[in-house]
Amino acid sequence: MHEAMVAESLLAAISNEAEKQGGKPILAKVSCGTLNAINDDVLCFAFEAIATGTLCEGMTLEVIHRPMQGKCKSCGGQFGFDIFNPRCPDCSESDFELLPDAPLLLETIEFETG
Amino acid sequence: MRKKIDVRKKILSANEEYALQNKHFMARHNKLCLNMISSPGSGKTTILAGTINRLKGKVRIGVIEGDIKTDIDAEKIRAAGAPAIQIETQGACHLSAQQVNKVLKNLPTANLDVIFIENVGNLVCPSAFELGETAKVAVLSVAEGDDKVVKYPALFAKAKVLLINKIDLLEAVGQVDFDIEKVKADAHRLNSSIEIFQVSAKTGQGFDKWCDWLVKAVESL
Repeated sequence: MHEAMVAESLLAAISNEAEKQGGKPILAKVSCGTLNAINDDVLCFAFEAIATGTLCEGMTLEVIHRPMQGKCKSCGGQFGFDIFNPRCPDCSESDFELLPDAPLLLETIEFETG
Repeated sequence: MRKKIDVRKKILSANEEYALQNKHFMARHNKLCLNMISSPGSGKTTILAGTINRLKGKVRIGVIEGDIKTDIDAEKIRAAGAPAIQIETQGACHLSAQQVNKVLKNLPTANLDVIFIENVGNLVCPSAFELGETAKVAVLSVAEGDDKVVKYPALFAKAKVLLINKIDLLEAVGQVDFDIEKVKADAHRLNSSIEIFQVSAKTGQGFDKWCDWLVKAVESL
């Protein structure tokens, strides 16, 4: 349940931006890589719980997953890595390098203003 | 009226700031810091006690213990002859960099070569939180099954070392079904540079190679 701490960190960041913008946050988009191991339902539930009574109460979180990418050493193609079928979908070779996993990012926030 | 802003800000940046402070602390004092992560019951504490015993007089080890409750593990480490600090997370399923930052000063770091952080037993959450360690050490015991690397890839993708523990059970025919070659292949697929050692904390089997790695890691600091 590391999502609880992620939710806390998100709430702080969104509240901080909301104060600067002077609006009520409606929607925030978050992106994460495979290794962040974020479960959408758990994150949204934790966020909803801690946002109660704050400016962020009732807002929506959208989680964008960026799958881990492999780069084929044979044909140079880039593909979504699947540990159960770890090979290049174009040339079927299994010699590839894993590219760095996407970080956990707060991408955008939409506010209701005025 | 609706207004959209681009933030592109890292989440968990507060944790990362503390992790960076811890990392600087290790670098300034020339310490190797290893964050040990596994399921509960895989044998982290027993491996540490065995390592401390074996390297007595060669490598000075200190341990930060993380558990939800009790200081049982810290006591075991002290009984093995090394200084230990216990963090009780009171329910949290992983250690945070801030918790580590707070207790670092309570370890006699001037007299240590290696600081082990034994994380809360959990195969998922601890791997998402950097603590400022030099490297992560994953532990997997054969009794847990050989599908754990593919089921919980994050830890094995990030770890520098994988200790496969309780290998004495493999020799007791019929005790456990565990395809050790499959585990190694899965781990290498996720992490081509991971170092894998097969050990038994109970019998001491395989500890020579693991301890050699540790000694070399300290020497190359």
